[in-house]
Amino acid sequence: MSNTLFDKVWDSHVVRKIEGGPDVLFIDRHMVHEVTSPVAFLGLKNRGLKVLYPERTFATADHNTPTINQHLPVADPLSANQLKALESNSKEHGISYWGLGHQKNGIVHVVGPEYGITQPGATIVCGDSHTSTHGAFGAIAFGIGTSEVEMVLTTQCIMQPKPMKMRININGELGKGVTPKDVALFIISQLSTSGATGYFVEYAGDVFENMSMEGRMTVCNLSIEMGARGGMIAPDETTINYVKGREFSPKGEAWDRALAYYKSLKTDADAVFDKEYTFDGSTIEPMITYGTNPGMGMGISNAIPKAGEVEGGAATFAKSLNYMGFHEGEAMMGKPVDYVFIGSCTNGRIEDFRAFASIVKGRKKADNVTAWLVPGSHIVEKQIQEEGLLDIFTEAGFTLRQPGCSACLAMNDDKIPSGKYAVSTSNRNFEGRQGPGSRTMLASPLVAAAAAVTGVVTDPRTLIQ
Amino acid sequence: MAYDKFNILRSSAVPLSIENVDTDQIIPARFLKATERVGFGDNLFRDWRYNSDNSPKAEFVLNNPLYSGKILVGGKNFGSGSSREHAAWAIYDYGFRCVVSSFFADIFKGNCLNIGVLPVQVSPEFADKIFQAIEADPKTELEVNLPEQTISILSTGEKESFDISSYKKSNMLNGFDDIDYLVNIKPEIQEFASNLPI
Repeated sequence: MSNTLFDKVWDSHVVRKIEGGPDVLFIDRHMVHEVTSPVAFLGLKNRGLKVLYPERTFATADHNTPTINQHLPVADPLSANQLKALESNSKEHGISYWGLGHQKNGIVHVVGPEYGITQPGATIVCGDSHTSTHGAFGAIAFGIGTSEVEMVLTTQCIMQPKPMKMRININGELGKGVTPKDVALFIISQLSTSGATGYFVEYAGDVFENMSMEGRMTVCNLSIEMGARGGMIAPDETTINYVKGREFSPKGEAWDRALAYYKSLKTDADAVFDKEYTFDGSTIEPMITYGTNPGMGMGISNAIPKAGEVEGGAATFAKSLNYMGFHEGEAMMGKPVDYVFIGSCTNGRIEDFRAFASIVKGRKKADNVTAWLVPGSHIVEKQIQEEGLLDIFTEAGFTLRQPGCSACLAMNDDKIPSGKYAVSTSNRNFEGRQGPGSRTMLASPLVAAAAAVTGVVTDPRTLIQ
Repeated sequence: MAYDKFNILRSSAVPLSIENVDTDQIIPARFLKATERVGFGDNLFRDWRYNSDNSPKAEFVLNNPLYSGKILVGGKNFGSGSSREHAAWAIYDYGFRCVVSSFFADIFKGNCLNIGVLPVQVSPEFADKIFQAIEADPKTELEVNLPEQTISILSTGEKESFDISSYKKSNMLNGFDDIDYLVNIKPEIQEFASNLPI
C-alpha cells in the first residue's frame, strides 16, 4: 500500500488504536518551557507520578525571559517564579534544564534543532503551537495543551485522532527579495487562517528542496497559522548534513541505522492526499500583512483588499482594519513604522540576521524607528558576532539583544506600545499580541530591514543591489 | 485534573459573533504567568472586556447584563492560534461549560475536551439561527444533550446533531481524563518504546 511521509512516521508511533476514539501516539522527544508546564508538573505531584523518560525530555526557558541584562535577577516576580518552577521541576525529575544563563538557553524551537534533539522521522511535541517548526526535518511535530504535557511527562504518549493529509506543491524560481517567510505568508494568504485546520501538511516541490534548513524551519513553523496541526518536508541531503554530528544526534553504528531510516522517509509516488494545492513560486512577491490574523497578507506592492474580495464576514474584516487604523484599497507601501522586531522561532536564526544585514549594511537606522534584534539562541548570537554582522549592525545604529521569545508575544518587557506600528518577523499579528494595543505587520527579515532604514513600509527589492 | 461530569446542559447563552477569535484574545499572554490553575476567568477576553485603566468596556458582550449563561456561542474558527490550555481554563473558570461555533481550531478543541468544556460544532446555518434567536430574546435557552449528541433552541424547537468521538463522549459523561487511561497501559507503552528505530 502506498503511504505518505506523514503516514509512515505516524503509523510507526501508534502504540494502540482506540475503537471510536483517538490513537495512542508515542512521543520520541518532548520539549518543555516555563509557561505551559508548571500546571502539568503540579498534576504529576498531585497524582504521585514521575516523568517516565527524563532522557526524552528537554527544558529551556524562553517565553518569559528578559533580552537585556540576563545576568541580573528577573525583575517581574511572576516571571521569576515561573522560571524558578521550571528549574525546580526539571531538577526534581532529572530533566535536562537549560535555564537563563546556560549556554544552551534559547528559544525552544531554535535550540532543539541546533543540538540535534530534532531528528527526521521522530515524533516531537511541546506545549507551544510553533512546535510545527521541527517538521522541517521530516518529523511529526506539533503543539499540545498542558493536559497533554502532563500525559507526555508521565507516559510519553498522547491521545490524538490522526489528522487528514494535505500536500502543498510549489515549484519555480523565487524572485529577487523573496524569502521562505514570504512563501509561507503567501500560502497562508491563499488558504486563510483556518484553511488547513484538521490537516497535517507536507510541503513539496523544488522551492522547498532548494531551501536551507533554516528556511524550511520558517515555513514549517508557520503551518499552524493556517490552522494545520503541523507541516513537514521530506528529509534529504540538506537535512542529513545539518543533523550529522550534533550533540544529541546518533553516533557510530546508531548513526548508520538512523541514516537508513531517514532515507526511507518519503511519500510514495502514488500515495493519495485528502487535499492538494499547487502554486507557482515565481509569482510570489515579498509579503506583508495588513490585518489581525496571518491570513490577511498580500504582496507588498498591492493595495489592501476590499471586504467583498476576501473570505469571511464584512463586520470581522472592518473590525480588523479599524484596529490597524487602515482602510480598504490603501497601499501598504509608505505607511509609517515605529518599531521593527527581528527574531522569534519564525525568523530568529542566522540566515535571518544575514538577510537583515544585507540591507542595513552601509545604511543607517531611521530615527523614527526603535529596532529590537533578538537572536533565537546563543549559537545564533555567536554566529552574528563571528560573521561580522554585529559590526554591520553597530555601524548602522542597531544593537543586539540576548536570546528569547521577546516581542513575539511580549510576555517580558519587550512590548510594542499601544497604537504603535511594528514590522515584525514573528508569526502572529493578532490584536495586542505584541503588547496591548500594538499593531503588527508581519513580514520577512528583508522587509523588516527595509522598514528599519527607511522608517516606512518599503519594498526591499528597491534596496537590493 | 478531574472535572464535573457533563450530561444535559440547559442554559441561556452569551453570543460573540466575531470570526477567528484567537487564544490571545481569550487570554492575553501576559496573564499566563501563574504556576497554578487558578483565577484565569478574571482575565477571560481581558483586552476586549476592560479598558487599560481596568474599567469595563460597556459595549463588550460579557459586560452586558442582558446576556448570561453557561454556553458561549462564538463565530467561525473559534480558538485559533496559540496552544495555551489557559484559554480553555479561562472559559471554564468564568463559568462556561460549552462553546458553540460553526468551526473550531484543532488544538483549542482538544484542550476543551481535555478539561471538561464541551465544544459543539454546528452548521453555519444553525449557528446563524442561534445568533438570531438570542438577538430576538437574550434569555433564549439552548439545550445541549451529550447522550443524544444534539443541540436545540428551546424557543423555536430547532435542533441539530453534533459529532464527538465515542471515547471522548464517554470521558465527558463520566468526568474521566486521558491520563487515567494512559497510566493504565504504561507496560504496553514501555514495551513499545523498547522497539523503536531511533
